[in-house]
Amino acid sequence: MKSVLALLALTTAAPALAQAVQPPVVTVPAQPGQEQGLSVDVTDESAQDLTILIPAMPTNQAVNTPAGNTEALGRQIADVVAADLRNSGLFKPLGPSGVRAVPMGEVRAPDFGYWRGASAQALVQGFVQAGAGGRLTVGCYLYDVALGTELTRQGFEVGPSDWRRAAHKCADAIYTRLTGEGPYFDSRVIYVSETGPKNRRIKRLAIMDQDGANHRFLTNGQSIVLTPRFSPDERRIAYMSYQNDKPSLYVYDLAAGTQRLLVTNVSLAFAPRFSPDGRYILFTMSTAGNADIYRIAAAGGTPQRLTSGPGIDTGGSYSPDGSKIVFESDRSGTQQLYVMNADGSNQQRISFGGGRYATPAWSPRGDLIAFTRMGGGFRIGVMSPSGSGEKLLTESWGDEGPSWSPNGRVLMFSRGSQGSSGKSDIWAIDLTGSTTRRIATQLDGSDPSWGPLRP
Amino acid sequence: MAKLRTALIIATMAVAVAGCQKKRPETLPPGPGPVDPGPGPGPDTSGEDAPGTPGHFKRNVISDTVLFALDQYDIDAEARRILDSQSQWLTQFPNTRITIEGHADERGTREYNLALGDRRANAAKNYLAARGVSPTRITTISYGKERPIALGSDEASWAQNRRAVTIVLN
Repeated sequence: MKSVLALLALTTAAPALAQAVQPPVVTVPAQPGQEQGLSVDVTDESAQDLTILIPAMPTNQAVNTPAGNTEALGRQIADVVAADLRNSGLFKPLGPSGVRAVPMGEVRAPDFGYWRGASAQALVQGFVQAGAGGRLTVGCYLYDVALGTELTRQGFEVGPSDWRRAAHKCADAIYTRLTGEGPYFDSRVIYVSETGPKNRRIKRLAIMDQDGANHRFLTNGQSIVLTPRFSPDERRIAYMSYQNDKPSLYVYDLAAGTQRLLVTNVSLAFAPRFSPDGRYILFTMSTAGNADIYRIAAAGGTPQRLTSGPGIDTGGSYSPDGSKIVFESDRSGTQQLYVMNADGSNQQRISFGGGRYATPAWSPRGDLIAFTRMGGGFRIGVMSPSGSGEKLLTESWGDEGPSWSPNGRVLMFSRGSQGSSGKSDIWAIDLTGSTTRRIATQLDGSDPSWGPLRP
Repeated sequence: MAKLRTALIIATMAVAVAGCQKKRPETLPPGPGPVDPGPGPGPDTSGEDAPGTPGHFKRNVISDTVLFALDQYDIDAEARRILDSQSQWLTQFPNTRITIEGHADERGTREYNLALGDRRANAAKNYLAARGVSPTRITTISYGKERPIALGSDEASWAQNRRAVTIVLN
């Protein structure tokens, strides 16, 4: 797999860069004049959005590349950066439309006097430069307008088809610098694209960037496919398919475009989840009507049984250190969440609220478990791994199947609608529950699985 | 672009066949190419009423479908009556094989419903086996909530969708 994105050391790196790399998590909005500079608290739903000016990025020379003219690209990249930051729900980006264009000479020396008149706290400037073979160099600078200081800078060299990735990396650098949280914009989503009538839905595997761009189908829709999951290295996808009328699990290799059967000689296998090291896949196998959780080597082999008993045990999801598994079981009479050790020992129930709980997903940060709670409607919620601090984030008729962003701060899920259309869409919500948005997909969509941050 | 065109064709076909959903709900509409080497003709071909055929089965049993209560998979009195009629037919035609499809309504999560549909298909299978139908003649497949027969989001529709359907294979 070719390396598509290179982090550049920008030539005029200021001494301030070192302290801008890993800021501590700040929970109080910074005062003007404070050493820390600007910051945003991702957990405070009452916080005011921070206004960021994002003028179009100039180019040193307008050149045609396979991705388009560098002058147009400078505007498009600024658009993508602004959209990412807006979608996070934490920022109010202004521009590139309606914001004064910046000459190349100003990128590293902003006209703070001018920008202070625009009542924005932060300023993002950058440039686009074409190199050999159409490769693009994108510079990205974040400034504190009030203090007139640089907060961070990053540079990226990308192939022409990856120009959006440079924009996502730039937005990630800004988000990370201002929130202290990990990045997540440069990531992809695998999901099930849906179309057709409710009783004959055509379901295809599809992949797209986290913002819905670069969409492509991976299967042709002749067989139903369900519940895809990314491997931690993003190179493989485990999913369920009804190929040959035998519902089982397959592993799809993204680079090769091939799939192979993971579990053989079984009447029903479903609910695949990779282990954090990518070596194993948890799944559910049903024999004679009894569903239990198993573990199998991702390369295939003999499944190892982790749960037993007459109840339906399914939806296993590893903790990020791989030591524990959260899963759902109806052994108590209704679906509830349980945590066990990775070898299946010490199974403890953690959900005790009203209704039923399903589809647990352990946060990549380890601090929370997201789930679907049923009762009245289907809602997305989170709780701690011990079951405490339950918080419902959505209220809907049919929200289901949360999947975490790489930084554990945003959840993507399916939202189904009532009635004969059977329509389902993909939505995202941040952990405060204050920013809900639909992810634009070509057709309808369900079962999103958010991939890791791209290298 | 070619992919998208294929997609549109498939989607169009799906709309076209939606009106005759009872044929073979277990398969997706075929692609544009000559595919589906699967089990032969549907019920609308000639010879459907010949003894031992799927059409004959449907005409000679009380129903090919048994229904279940919410989140349940036990075989109630009505289901027993239906399965008894199916077992009689299956005893009469010992060379036939069947698939039992298990389904769930939309008020469960996708993965749980796959397991629930599997429970229902197996409950019907076990009942037929107890009535003397060899289990080796019976395969099961669960569709969870993926293939509803009634499209509404109301109790009447959900009741129809919580089902196990017996399909005779030629």
